[in-house]
Amino acid sequence: MRFGIVTFPGSNGDHDALMAVRLGLGQPAELVWHTETDLSNYDCIVIPGGFSYGDYLRAGAIARFAPVMQAVAREAEAGKPVLGICNGFQILTEAHLLPGALLRNASLEFVCDWVWVRVEQTRTPWTSQLAPGTLLRLPIAHGEGRYYVDEKTLAELERAGQIVFRYVDAKGNATPEANPNGSVANIAGVCNVRGNVVGLMPHPERAFDRLIGGDDGLQILASVLAVGLEVVRGRGGH
Amino acid sequence: MRRIGDLQDGRYPISTYGNDEGDVVSETARWRAEVFVSLRPGVNDPQGLAVRDGLRRLGYEEVEDVRVGRYVQVWLRAPDVETAERRVAAMCEQLLANPVVEHYRFIIEPA
Repeated sequence: MRFGIVTFPGSNGDHDALMAVRLGLGQPAELVWHTETDLSNYDCIVIPGGFSYGDYLRAGAIARFAPVMQAVAREAEAGKPVLGICNGFQILTEAHLLPGALLRNASLEFVCDWVWVRVEQTRTPWTSQLAPGTLLRLPIAHGEGRYYVDEKTLAELERAGQIVFRYVDAKGNATPEANPNGSVANIAGVCNVRGNVVGLMPHPERAFDRLIGGDDGLQILASVLAVGLEVVRGRGGH
Repeated sequence: MRRIGDLQDGRYPISTYGNDEGDVVSETARWRAEVFVSLRPGVNDPQGLAVRDGLRRLGYEEVEDVRVGRYVQVWLRAPDVETAERRVAAMCEQLLANPVVEHYRFIIEPA
C-alpha cells in the first residue's frame, strides 16, 4: 500500500511519518512536495506535523492554499484515506475537510509529553482494526492543540460518530486532568462525516517502535492496511 | 479616457479600465482597510486572561476583561467604498479570520 506524505515548507514530521511507514509497517512511502497537483498514485495520504509556513496568521491557514491541497481535497472526496497529524490536523480543519478549529493551548504553554487516548470510533480506515475503547499511549508536541467546536456542532459530531479519539487517564477516563490543552470534551481527534479523513493532535508516527518509547501509534497506521487488503481482494475476485 | 496613473484630486491614484470599445467602465481608487480579528465571545481566550491578570498585578484593578486579537492592514483598489467593503468582508471570511472561532470588524478609508 503506497503512502503519500505531504511536505510543506516548515513541515517537520514528514520524515518521522516516512520512517514509521517504511520501518514500522514495511510499506512503500514517498514524500510529496507541496507543489504537487496529482496524488492519484498513492493509496492513502498523510499530512504530517510541523509548522507549515511558520504558522503565519493561524496554524494551517496558509498551507491550505498550497497546490497539493486541491489534490488532497479531490482524493478525500473520492474516499481515499487521509490522516492529518498535529499541524496536518490544523491544516485539514482550515481546509474545511474536518470540522472545528485548533486554538492556543489553554495553558498558553507548548506541551511536549506522552498522553493516553481512547479510541472512540472504529468506522474510519485509520481505526478499523482497533477495538472500541482501546487505550493508546502516544506523544504530543503542540502549542495550538485546543480543539474547539460550539455546543451545537459538538452534539452533531457526537450524533454522527465523528469523534475518533479522546484524551483519557491511564484507566481510560476522560477527566479534566487528562486533557493536556483544554480541548472541548477531551477531543484529541475527529473524522469527516464519511469517516475517511481523520485528524488528531497526538503523533502516532512517533510511536512506531519500543526503541523510541512506544509502538502504540503503529496500530493506527496499520489499520489502514485493511483498506489495501480489500482492494487486493476485490481485484482477485474474492 | 483617463489614463492609469491619473490622479483624481491629487491624492488618490486612479487607474482606469476600458471595455472592448474603449469606454471607461470603472475608475479604481486606492483604499486601506484596517481589520481587527478576535476570538468570538464565549471562546476561551487564555492569552487575554493572562494579560488581564498581568494588568491587575500592575495595579490596574479596574480592568474587568481583556481579549487579545490580531490586527491586519490591507491596501486594495476598488471603484467605490461599497465594493471595497464587500471585498474585504470576503477576505475576512476566507482567510484573515477563521469564522469557526473568530469574528472580525474593519474600517475602510481612502489610502
